[in-house]
Amino acid sequence: MLDITGASKTFLQGTVNEHVALNRLDLHLDAGEFVTIVGSNGAGKSTLFNAIGGTFYLDSGRISLESRDITYLTEHKRAAFIGRIFQDPVKGTAPDMTIEENLSLAYNRRKLFGLNMGVQKKDVVFFREQLSQFGMGLEDRMKHKVGLLSGGQRQALTLLMATIAGPRLLLLDEHTAALDPAAAEKVMAITRDIVSREKLTTMMITHNIRSALRTGTRTIMLEDGKVILDISGKEREEMTVSRLMELYSHKANKTLDNDRMLLTKDENGQ
Amino acid sequence: MATFYYPCPRLQSAERDVSSFKLAERDVSSFKLAGRVFFLLLFLFTKRKRRERGFEMTLMVGSLQLGLIYGLLALGIYITFRILGIPDLTADGSFTLGMSVSAAMTVLQTADGTVLSLPGLGIFLAFLAGMAAGAVTGCLQTKLGIHPILSGILTMSGLYTVNLLILGSRSNVSLINGVGLFDSLNLMLGGDVDKNLIRTVIPVLFCVAAFLILSWFFRTHLGLCIRATGNNEDMVTASSINVDAMKITAIAIANGCVALSGAVLAQYQGYADLSSGTGTVVVGLASVIIGEVFFGKRSVVIGFASAITGAVIYRFLIALALKIDGFPAYALKLVSAVIVIIALSIPTVQAKLRFARQKREAKQHA
Ligand SMILES: Nc1ncnc2c1ncn2[C@@H]1O[C@H](COP(=O)(O)OP(=O)(O)O)[C@@H](O)[C@H]1O
Ligand SMILES: [Mg+2]
Repeated sequence: MLDITGASKTFLQGTVNEHVALNRLDLHLDAGEFVTIVGSNGAGKSTLFNAIGGTFYLDSGRISLESRDITYLTEHKRAAFIGRIFQDPVKGTAPDMTIEENLSLAYNRRKLFGLNMGVQKKDVVFFREQLSQFGMGLEDRMKHKVGLLSGGQRQALTLLMATIAGPRLLLLDEHTAALDPAAAEKVMAITRDIVSREKLTTMMITHNIRSALRTGTRTIMLEDGKVILDISGKEREEMTVSRLMELYSHKANKTLDNDRMLLTKDENGQ
Repeated sequence: MATFYYPCPRLQSAERDVSSFKLAERDVSSFKLAGRVFFLLLFLFTKRKRRERGFEMTLMVGSLQLGLIYGLLALGIYITFRILGIPDLTADGSFTLGMSVSAAMTVLQTADGTVLSLPGLGIFLAFLAGMAAGAVTGCLQTKLGIHPILSGILTMSGLYTVNLLILGSRSNVSLINGVGLFDSLNLMLGGDVDKNLIRTVIPVLFCVAAFLILSWFFRTHLGLCIRATGNNEDMVTASSINVDAMKITAIAIANGCVALSGAVLAQYQGYADLSSGTGTVVVGLASVIIGEVFFGKRSVVIGFASAITGAVIYRFLIALALKIDGFPAYALKLVSAVIVIIALSIPTVQAKLRFARQKREAKQHA
């Protein structure tokens, strides 16, 4: 499904701030997998997503999706089959446009130079039906500007926008981290729901290790631009948060100071 | 109002507040609108002496005609400045470009020395030429990564040569030898229609057509893509839309409108002048901003209506200013610039005043 081989990316090459963000990283995903990704701050998790999504090109290495080489495909062309959501709820929607306009844009992707109406009546019926499953009352606010919605509502809407056109791969980059706990829980529930219903191949970055182990089918850990741990199946089922933390310090300590770790961040409060 | 099943009650009520606040704001602004129009009309009609009224009406009608022609310009500026969020300086050049093409096509010299007049075709070609100029600026910005302001300046600068070329190396071309758009419509209608009526009807037609077409266009899929580009580029890219293509398209359409404005103006005043493009951007901005004073910032369709209205009011204000004794016509550009500066600085000044008040209060409590 997704094949990444020897992916390398160095930022600010040739300066004192040179930083190897991806270091000959290899990763293979099967169709239908739901992979959660953990790792300390600056481990290269977002960089990995940006590379897959096409925000920038790799220095070396290759990426292919469903046996199509996408290494040098532009970002907006990749977006035709890769859905992405970011941590910042503001990033995924156009605030001055209405809910139905936002959804129509996402839904009609690939219909580039269409001079037909941007918002189609029959589509709106479908949008309302989809939104009503969130139980947020958004289906009754189709003509409201998205800027009036709360972060949780926006993120739920972004989730629908990212998945409504049937992507082959879904990338979630800490998409609940900026929400309050109740909204985060709600958006996570919607995420699980959509992913299982649409059988989406999904990658999700999270700071919350418990959620990483509980959600999805496989968990990988990134450190210094490399995959240092990759668990699934029985091994993953038996994994506990403290055991994973142990594994992390065991593996990462060889190369890294402990004070950069933020793996425990979300665990303390709960 | 919809029922919220949102799990966080605090957010829920906050949202309600937001939407009810918006409603209230809208009510207030339409109230304000009525008030402003009322005062404007009162000001224009009552304070004048009776014997001046005939003169007054010509002035008013003339301002309306010019205002509508400049309304096309305001539409173009509204597209780049408000919808796309990019200040585009191409307009100074594309306005003159429209004028030049329109004029040149009206006084075409055929091989045997007679004059051929094709004002309608000229206006259409002017629109296309304006779009081409806008597309050049758009490509400079997106494909070559040149700063948006500089891109506009570069195109504008280059257009000076192009315009001179079109006008046959003259800086001023009169349409006196040809048959302009206004005359040919008059001839078509039998030749004895009130001239002033035609001078009103043609700008009205252009404005109404442009308003309807743009209002339709910005609700099509392509139009939505352009609006979203000005709103959130990340979201547009994530929706698999080419941001660069959207910017180029929007700047092209905007400059098409600007050139159209220049083209109709050339027909209206009966000449094309190479220097008349100077300050076009500022005039357009002033019109858009004045329109917003009356209409507020709402939907795109209202925005278009507001831009045209702003352009008309701007002409009225100028006509009034020119009536003040000792007010020289050459001061107009300075006045326009000051209007734009004041309008654009209001948010910053308000924020500073608020901060100053906050500091003062903090001091008192300390
Ligand atoms: N555009 C960029 N320019 C320079 N450095 C970057 C850029 N993006 C990321 N980095 C650096 O690369 C490293 C990895 O970042 P990132 O992938 O965002 O980490 P995380 O795992 O926390 O998401 C960080 O040290 C970051 O500072
Ligand atoms: Mg990150």
